[in-house]
Amino acid sequence: MVEAMDAAENVLSVSSLTKRYASTVLDRCDFAVRSGEIHALLGANGAGKSTLCKIIAGLVPATSGSMSIQGVAYTPNTKQQAETRGVQIVQQELELIPTLSVAENVFFGIMPSTLGVIRRRTLFDRARDALDRVGLHDVRVDVPVGSLGIGRQQMVEIAKALNRDCKLLILDEPTAALSAAETETLFHWLRRLRNAGVGMIYISHRLKEVAEISDRVTVLRDGRQITTVDTPKLSTEKMVELMSGESATRQTDQYRSYATTQPALRVHGLSSASVKDISLTVYRGERLGIAGLVGSGRTELLRAIFGADQCYRGHLFLPPSEATIRFRHPSQAVAAGMAMVTEDRKSNGLLMTQSVRNNTTLNSLWQQFSNLGILHHTKESSVVNAMCASMDTRCNSIEDDVATLSGGNQQKVAVSKWLVRDSSLLLFDEPTRGIDVAARRRIYEVLESLAKAQKAMMIVSSDLDELLQICDRIAVMSAGRLVEVFDRETWSDDAIMRAAFAGDPGALNSSERHRM
Amino acid sequence: MKALRSVWKQSLIEYAGLLAVLVMLVLIFGIRSDRFIQVSTFVSIANQIPALIFVSVGMTWVLIIGGIDLSVGSMLALGSAVVGFMMVDHGFSMWLALAACLLVTSLCGFCNGVISFGLGIPSFIVTLGMLEIVRGLTKLVTNSQTKFIGSRVEPFGEPLAWIQLSPAFLAAFFVVMFSQWVLTHTVFGRYCIAIGTNREAVRMSGVRSAPYSISVFVISGFLCGLAGLAHVSRLSSSDPNAGVGMELLAIAACVIGGTSLMGGRGSVICTFLGVLIIAVLQSGLAQLGVTDANKQIITGAVIILAVSFDVLRSKWVRNGPFDET
Repeated sequence: MVEAMDAAENVLSVSSLTKRYASTVLDRCDFAVRSGEIHALLGANGAGKSTLCKIIAGLVPATSGSMSIQGVAYTPNTKQQAETRGVQIVQQELELIPTLSVAENVFFGIMPSTLGVIRRRTLFDRARDALDRVGLHDVRVDVPVGSLGIGRQQMVEIAKALNRDCKLLILDEPTAALSAAETETLFHWLRRLRNAGVGMIYISHRLKEVAEISDRVTVLRDGRQITTVDTPKLSTEKMVELMSGESATRQTDQYRSYATTQPALRVHGLSSASVKDISLTVYRGERLGIAGLVGSGRTELLRAIFGADQCYRGHLFLPPSEATIRFRHPSQAVAAGMAMVTEDRKSNGLLMTQSVRNNTTLNSLWQQFSNLGILHHTKESSVVNAMCASMDTRCNSIEDDVATLSGGNQQKVAVSKWLVRDSSLLLFDEPTRGIDVAARRRIYEVLESLAKAQKAMMIVSSDLDELLQICDRIAVMSAGRLVEVFDRETWSDDAIMRAAFAGDPGALNSSERHRM
Repeated sequence: MKALRSVWKQSLIEYAGLLAVLVMLVLIFGIRSDRFIQVSTFVSIANQIPALIFVSVGMTWVLIIGGIDLSVGSMLALGSAVVGFMMVDHGFSMWLALAACLLVTSLCGFCNGVISFGLGIPSFIVTLGMLEIVRGLTKLVTNSQTKFIGSRVEPFGEPLAWIQLSPAFLAAFFVVMFSQWVLTHTVFGRYCIAIGTNREAVRMSGVRSAPYSISVFVISGFLCGLAGLAHVSRLSSSDPNAGVGMELLAIAACVIGGTSLMGGRGSVICTFLGVLIIAVLQSGLAQLGVTDANKQIITGAVIILAVSFDVLRSKWVRNGPFDET
């Protein structure tokens, strides 16, 4: 009797689902999503969240266990089968085809056509409706998806999922690339979907968002389901505790400043194609945060300083030298003692199909691991092993490809390679994006120890709380300009957000429209 | 010495699949023809292939950095033409002719590299153009005529009495082993693999990739020069039409050896085994009296089979043979 009730209420139920590769990644997991519910899935990287979602979405088969949708047995073998049963997934790695138009992407596989010829007018009209439904009024349907910013692409992907028959929507880190305003819009639409009776699985490492948007929370740890609770009964500290299995008390980070008054880098009027007239100073031992909306030029500022983008005006000073510098290639910046941990590990941060060893020593082979160009393998092994131990990078051996590691461990490798090189000025672009609480804490510890060692740092992050927690000062970018620099006495959430919108009236308008 | 031992150990473990294919071919031909499994057969195969080995080693390097070199056959012909031009038309010594030949082909490789990576044009297109240009130059140098050089160049291709192998083969074998060592034990090799894997990540790590990429094309050109000399010494003459279609044979040897056309993965020893497979196949088929048409069909099929076999094998090594995904 009770079971029958459950079956009617649950859009999806999963019982003792197990997935084994070489090891067991999902172990007898029980899990259910009600219709009209946002169900958050929490867990450290490698806890099995993504695997669970991939099984539900038909991307990988389960080893054992069963699933049902609205009480009817459900065993999807492909993503298409899952979609016909009303299960849609928006993955962390976007699956849009950058060269096709927005409309073609939204209707990919279900394009209106006559005898195989696409009816463009109908396609564009319907796509317009689909975008309007998620508040993307200002996105044109006929431009290539690749020309949109990453946040917009994420919203297009969501529009694409909602445009199909959707009983269960799986969202894997949907806000990782979104600005605060975009996140708010997304939440608005998710709540409307909830009211329309759609069940949703929501994965995020941002616990504040989970607390804000979800109805229930299921915590996974090491492939096992630890608990499922109503969200209001759970504080964020308790969430962390459940995920890591450790008590939360020793995690409260105590901020301490190590900033000095000796400048490490002075930027004078630097301009590139995407940033205009930037002047700032970073001091030794300082952690300077760079805040701003997505597309405000934060990444491009780091790239311009690092010599990855061409600058046509302005220059740098690296005190105590008074020489004016403008780097034309990152190799010059690295030679001058700079480092840059890039935002996108896959495309320009790591060699995904190469070993942890090759990645860790990539930029210091000539300096530290060779003699007359001949590699010193044993020295290399010992340094890489020591680095893995000190960073707590989890891998079977240093010969593993980094692609086989979890996101957090990949990020540790991406940071490690600059620690090996021992740089004096480090640029971090979204150092904690998409990584779990434990890895994040490790990264913060690294940043602190670097500050202690009198290194200067610039840290770009979309997570303002993170910057407020770890930085000595925060510079705010808006529309390619540096608008304001706050220190701990003068900053507040509110002031920083206002500054972020200052240079970009368009963004302000659209965010107001979203709120209405 | 330790390094050399580890190279051997690697080749025995990782390259077991290729060795199996090679042994299988030898056994099949041995069963079909009682004259095949004889020292003289293998000696004659070994002395036919130095040119293809040189070219394929160069091709492996180019593929590893994510490029491709279609001009190798033409560079081989130009190299041999220069040798003929210097020795017959101008009476220079063999050593001087060899130096000129290597200089010219290395220069061709340098042009390939600079144009590809300086201007950012895909190497497929650049070397396709060079294929034509260099072939044309060869015809200019030789007046489109085969030139008899004579016994002065033959020692390089003639088997040495005490091991039955020619200096050319020994040189090619040395180049294979040395290249493998460079690939796995030097900074240069490591960066070439890194560049082929992800050029942008290498750039953002503060490493300039152009010097490495251009060097690799120069290496390919240089080895084509050696191949040209091996070719000349085997035929005692320089032929303006030498090496036509060689680029495809070299690419086949590389992919049979498991080198990725996408860059970032490859092994010189595997390429060497790939060359051996092609050579054994061709000489075995010839001995069985198979017609040219059938020879081509079988060669093509074996290339595809060998690569499929290797793909399956590496999948098994990764996931176990019964992986359901």
